[in-house]
Amino acid sequence: MSTETQTIGTAPAAKGPRAGRGLLARLIDWNIYIMLVALIIASAILSEHFLTVQNIFNLLRQLAPLALVSVGMLLVVLTGGIDLSVGSVAAIGGMVVAMMMPALPVEGGFALILSVLAALGAGAVLGAVNGILVAGFGMASFVATLAMMTMARGIAYMLSNGQPVRFPRELPTAQILTAFGAKGVPGLGIPWPVVAALLAVLLFVILLRRTSWGRLTVATGSNETAVRLAGLPVGRYKFLAYTICGGLSALAGVMVTARTSVGTPVTGIGLELDAIAACVIGGALLSGGKGTVVQTMIGVLILGLIGNIMNLMSVPAYPQQIIKGLIIILAVLLQGVGARTRQRV
Amino acid sequence: MERLQMHGIAKEFGGIAALRDAAFSARSGEVHALMGENGAGKSTLMKILAGAYDHQGGEIHIDGAPADIHTPLDALRRGVSVIYQEFSLARHLSVAENILLEHLGHRFWLARAEMERRAADLLADMGFPEVDPCALAGDLPVAMQQVVEICKALSRDCSILVLDEPTAVLTAHETEKLFALVRRLRDRGVCVIYISHRLDEIFALCDRVTVLKDGATVGTWETATLDHDSLTRLMIGRELSDFFPPRAVEPGPVALEVQGLCTPRLREISFSVRRGEVLGIGGLVGAGRTEVLRAIFGADPAKGTIRLHGRAQTIRNPGDAVRAGIGLVPEDRKQQGVLLDLPILTNAMLTPVNPHLGPLGFLRGGRERAAAQQLREGLRLKAASLEAEAGTLSGGNQQKVALMKSLVSGCEILLLDEPTRGVDVGAKVEIYRVINELADSGAAVVMVSSEMLELIGMCDRVLVMRAGQIAGALSGPALTEEGIIELAMGRDNVH
Repeated sequence: MSTETQTIGTAPAAKGPRAGRGLLARLIDWNIYIMLVALIIASAILSEHFLTVQNIFNLLRQLAPLALVSVGMLLVVLTGGIDLSVGSVAAIGGMVVAMMMPALPVEGGFALILSVLAALGAGAVLGAVNGILVAGFGMASFVATLAMMTMARGIAYMLSNGQPVRFPRELPTAQILTAFGAKGVPGLGIPWPVVAALLAVLLFVILLRRTSWGRLTVATGSNETAVRLAGLPVGRYKFLAYTICGGLSALAGVMVTARTSVGTPVTGIGLELDAIAACVIGGALLSGGKGTVVQTMIGVLILGLIGNIMNLMSVPAYPQQIIKGLIIILAVLLQGVGARTRQRV
Repeated sequence: MERLQMHGIAKEFGGIAALRDAAFSARSGEVHALMGENGAGKSTLMKILAGAYDHQGGEIHIDGAPADIHTPLDALRRGVSVIYQEFSLARHLSVAENILLEHLGHRFWLARAEMERRAADLLADMGFPEVDPCALAGDLPVAMQQVVEICKALSRDCSILVLDEPTAVLTAHETEKLFALVRRLRDRGVCVIYISHRLDEIFALCDRVTVLKDGATVGTWETATLDHDSLTRLMIGRELSDFFPPRAVEPGPVALEVQGLCTPRLREISFSVRRGEVLGIGGLVGAGRTEVLRAIFGADPAKGTIRLHGRAQTIRNPGDAVRAGIGLVPEDRKQQGVLLDLPILTNAMLTPVNPHLGPLGFLRGGRERAAAQQLREGLRLKAASLEAEAGTLSGGNQQKVALMKSLVSGCEILLLDEPTRGVDVGAKVEIYRVINELADSGAAVVMVSSEMLELIGMCDRVLVMRAGQIAGALSGPALTEEGIIELAMGRDNVH
């Protein structure tokens, strides 16, 4: 008896969520795109250095690792979890690739592939441990990945006694890696890390939208019990999300090493917060079941733009953090307005 | 002198009238039953009295004076307390704190000893001296939690007490103790409003009965002037045959055979269902009905053998069950049945054996859409499109969505747990029609229900459960309300 009244309350079934909506509601739907465009325009007005090819490419090059991590984070967030260990795992990924290259008996492209695969594998294994703790032992993702965050950071420091891992610049393997980090597509100049990040984004857009795996990952976060009772292996989708997130985080670390020519154990401190912020700005629900890769990428761009324009305008570092926080609040408030408008219609 | 009077109460939810013209009045010192089918508006009316919902029309008078009740606080101030089916106790606080916290909470220092003493006095006064005021509320048996709720209401000087299906979760013995408590309250002049589906309880306990139907009051009668049949007729307002159209097909060969199914809560459950048959499972809440379905479906670990179409089948998890052709529509639609935030299409394709998937799990939208569209038409699902979020649909339509995935999977054995819970009367008839069509097309249906009329009207046979066991099976002329109650409560406990 108590439930049917609520049902009646949400009953106007004849209209879809988008039927008969005003211009304002539509604008709110598009709020993060509008926010992005507004930021770009504002940046272009505020600083003459902003709309230069070099600045844009540099910005994107710096954002590529965050883009990868945010895709991984989104997968975890979609299942209703959170991964705090991404920054530490990125540090390990960056160090593994730096340590593997000179240690391998072979040189060149093949050696680089092996080294990157080793980094990817290390990240995926750490992510898989997260996945087992969450999906297998039913641990709260916040707790499990908090533990992994500190453990992985510890491992990163221990790998090199806390020292940055440098590798010989003249090593052919290393030359390919640093060229990847520094150069761009011949003729176009689009930085290679950006190309790689775009490919990864495209891959996961397709996987999430066009495969049963993607649909069920979202469904798991939307209502785990219902998905389990539909006969689907909920644990598998969660496990995969954490594993992929670990792998992508390690690849992000590789990108950082490529750009800076050094693998350091302090890479990616606070990266988890940026990645979560990107997901949230992009409209993902931390309770799971809602969020898209494309919107998360808009979130990454918004975060990056804020930092970039403040740097160009020489805003000191501390106020920058405050402004960044305010923008996150603004973005989420705008979405709240969107959600409320939806309900009212 | 009427203590409480409600006139012309109206309430709409999203344009659908839950109450149209409800009137209700009750005296001090009486137990007044509020009856009606699910969806008749009983709970809505009581929530309006409690201030949980604001009413859109009509007036509430207490002691002849207008009572502006628009918020829960308004109601509490006027001495109205409602005890809902889901208790609102703080499980991690003590009994004494639960009973008296709002009473003493404004003081900075909690007078723990005083609270415990007063709580103990109140409990003893109510005839439950055995309840320890220091125990955590969550550790008490459900029946005692209810007593604590009632004491909490009394501590607020409640003079109008509403009990919403209080016995749904109680054993026969606990029910007797509750009745004694209710009679004691009545004798002290409390106005008790009692909502229940169980006709026996109404005749045992209540002085007067008010019947609601489709959001309006049918009338108020002295209980003594009514009997079972006349009260049932007043509630339904039409003949049973209108509700339950007959099925055309004779049951075929055995589809599902369960032997010696055991879990910690079930003992030696054995039965079989034929193709084209609707088997009901009745019994009290907590008798193990849902557990039987979950055990067959592999949702809970269980011992015993399950044969499908004559062959033994191992089912370790729900995935195994669906692959073997067993579908479940769980009892709690919103929590377990549908993904409220996702489109109908996603809900329909939520199966490990989606036949419309391409290689590598790539979606083939066109094929899925065509299949879902066909089901939508067959089920007469009312929705704007397949992209509509399941949460925007009405309860009956959500239930159809919950069923779609089993049909997409090609399940021929359907386990339905309270399929019509919380849907209005019209939607119920729709669901009955769907169940009949499934049975006619050769499906074997096992249906758990708390509504006896539904079991009698829909099922070829009904198993009645009691305390984790099958107490008996009823069919044909033996399938009556009395027969079900007798088996559900145990012969000795029927009062």
